[in-house]
Amino acid sequence: MKLTGAQALIKSLEMQGVEVIFGLPGGAILPVYDPIIDSPIRHILVRHEQGAGHMAEGYAQVTNRPGVAMVTSGPAATNIVTPLANAYMDSTPMVVITGQVATSSIGTDAFQEADTTGITMSITKHNWLITDAAEIPEVVAEAFHVATNGRPGPVLIDVPKDVSNQMMDWYWPDAVDLPGFKPTTKGHPRSIQAAARMIKEARRPVLYVGGGVIRAGASGALLALAEKTGIPVVTTLMARGAFPDSHPLCLGMPGMHGNYSAVTAMQKSDLLVTLGARFDDRVTGKLSGFAPEAKVIHVDIDPAELSKIRHADIPIVGDVRSVIEDLIEALDKGEAGEMVQADLTPWISRIREWQKLYPLSYDRDGTGNGLKPQYVIETLSSLTPEGSILASGVGQHQMWASQYWRFDHPNAWVNSGGLGTMGYAVPASIGAKVGRPDKMVWAVDGDGCFQMTAQELVTASAERIPVKIALLNNAYLGMVRQWQEMFYDQRYSEVYLSPDLPDYVKWAEAMGCVALRVEAPEEVAPAIEKANDINDRPVVIEFRIDSSEKVYPMVPAGASNDEIVLGPSYGGAR
Amino acid sequence: MTNIGPSVVPMSLPGGRSSRGVSLHVLSVLVENRAGVLARVAQLFSRRGYNIYSLAVAPTDDERFSRLTVVVDLESAPLEQITKQLHKLINVIKITEIDPVDAVEQELLLAVVAADVSSRGQILELVGIFGAKVLDVGLERLTLALADTPEKLDDFTELIKVFGLIEVQRSGRVALAKLNRGGGRGGISRGKAS
Ligand SMILES: Cc1ncc(C[n+]2csc(CCOP(=O)(O)OP(=O)(O)O)c2C)c(N)n1
Ligand SMILES: [Mg+2]
Repeated sequence: MKLTGAQALIKSLEMQGVEVIFGLPGGAILPVYDPIIDSPIRHILVRHEQGAGHMAEGYAQVTNRPGVAMVTSGPAATNIVTPLANAYMDSTPMVVITGQVATSSIGTDAFQEADTTGITMSITKHNWLITDAAEIPEVVAEAFHVATNGRPGPVLIDVPKDVSNQMMDWYWPDAVDLPGFKPTTKGHPRSIQAAARMIKEARRPVLYVGGGVIRAGASGALLALAEKTGIPVVTTLMARGAFPDSHPLCLGMPGMHGNYSAVTAMQKSDLLVTLGARFDDRVTGKLSGFAPEAKVIHVDIDPAELSKIRHADIPIVGDVRSVIEDLIEALDKGEAGEMVQADLTPWISRIREWQKLYPLSYDRDGTGNGLKPQYVIETLSSLTPEGSILASGVGQHQMWASQYWRFDHPNAWVNSGGLGTMGYAVPASIGAKVGRPDKMVWAVDGDGCFQMTAQELVTASAERIPVKIALLNNAYLGMVRQWQEMFYDQRYSEVYLSPDLPDYVKWAEAMGCVALRVEAPEEVAPAIEKANDINDRPVVIEFRIDSSEKVYPMVPAGASNDEIVLGPSYGGAR
Repeated sequence: MTNIGPSVVPMSLPGGRSSRGVSLHVLSVLVENRAGVLARVAQLFSRRGYNIYSLAVAPTDDERFSRLTVVVDLESAPLEQITKQLHKLINVIKITEIDPVDAVEQELLLAVVAADVSSRGQILELVGIFGAKVLDVGLERLTLALADTPEKLDDFTELIKVFGLIEVQRSGRVALAKLNRGGGRGGISRGKAS
């Protein structure tokens, strides 16, 4: 069968089981848009290519399947650089297809030429510039293989226009042949035995759980491990929902804005069983002061993470789910199986004491200048159906969302962790809703973030993707304001945004959304209930929140986690 | 310093002439012979802040593969991190860590040296001692070539410098592990993972 390169590309995506492409056409990718008309693959036309990338990420975060985005060359390719960097940081599987100028024009500064593979080399797992249409099926198969195997991540395929128009003989490769890509998935048995012994000996162990557990679909295995050993669990920002918040062993989120008990349990721990986490600086605080007495078992699919930041006493390369399952077996059998696990009762009671003394808290009856954001999120969490998906932007609202939403399921939290990309929430929530149309999808967004990517609500209205946005309007780039207040003597520099410019209700309505504004506490619940009943279009609720509210607890940047600040609700600390 | 592209090594090595500084280590990297593979390696080093001391690239007997011989400066990062990150490149097939002590190494030096009638004899004497070659003869200059260990190249450069060095070009070293005759450790090969 003879196909054009463009037809072969779309057919290859069909062979991969792709059900949706997020994209926007242009000159160099034009030939590929033609066969889309005849393909069963749904195409969602975005309003900005950054939106296409974040939608693909949101889709991937809730489905664990690679998201696909397609854009043209030059400015479109550079517009999708941010999502690639974001997906690379958060190990999100994504396949991006970019158009490129004709091969004969490459290197001549042709119209809309950019060195896309060069620009994206360090923010993709791998990228390909196709020079012959015959390569297309093979490269597509390789691209999906690389994006989803080993540590997941983004890949990019750059397709010159003449290659799209070139005729080729259709084939589909039986297997991919990448001699340089053979991820280790099975943990080394001896290391697993050693880890099992170390776990049994530990008196103050903590399961330090990262986003890798979600990517590996290891939540079930993790629950079994925690319940078998009785070891408490902390879930990082990327891992919220990997272990249910409602479980008595869950201590919540560690790190800069983590729960006191999660942060302190890690600090006092004698063993960190690190599962798909990477000792990010937002978790460790000052490294030299981090968990000084803890030994480290580190399980990761990416060998380069082991001992990168913190020395691993027992490094285990492997798929975290498979390793946890083997670990559970090793705890029962063999040498470790014969050992009696140390008594954790004193450790657990110490933790219970911290939980009792220092729970997350805020000033519920504060007389600030608006709604308490924590109250808004608590109410949202309690009124929204079990299993709903929450997306978030980046800033204070993200931290409040992570703290006050109850996470009980994996793949239900869509956020930008490693890169901290403002504007992630709106497009990512749309991608999530496309991936899981059966779930209710809310996004908590900041006014600053909303202004970066809100136009994708036009996409959502046009495509009838009924996402719901809780806009926490504090009239500020709040997180930056918080740092200026605390560390720059309240000298506020370029952080004020205004509460009513733009008029968010009018703007949302203009984009085809139902829009509500909420200013009083008693209006919060009814507005959310109203939004929850709307299923045919997007909804935006603008909550006017107290602009002076800060995120606590907080470990100041550069400080040790022992210096955690609890905040004013604990009596005036800063 | 991150030297990429034409494999240029500075005329005299930092910290004296010993190129066996403890912080230098040789990696022999087998890569797929694909467009852009050198850029991927070079970008990885610059993005992660690893210093390349020298880099030599050449095809192997199998045309699908090329071999990079990279001399890395371990003051910038631990060897283990460097090799693990390199392994993450899809086009990297195999990395052999070669401790300079356990390696056979060769490098090529081309040098243009001032050589008038009075000094020419002395220069040719050095050429003979080192087993170098005269590639080109001008009225006032000689172009010399020496292929030997990097240390010998250092010595040779040092000695001919006194006559007036006009231009020096070095290739960067290529290395292979010493053959195992029972005692030697040889190179450590690391297979691929993730
Ligand atoms: C693209 C981008 N630009 C700048 C920043 C730095 N930054 C982090 S949080 C923040 C403020 C976000 O403001 P808003 O969306 O209103 O959220 P808030 O903190 O007020 O809840 C800024 C500017 C960033 N993370 N991303
Ligand atoms: Mg704000």
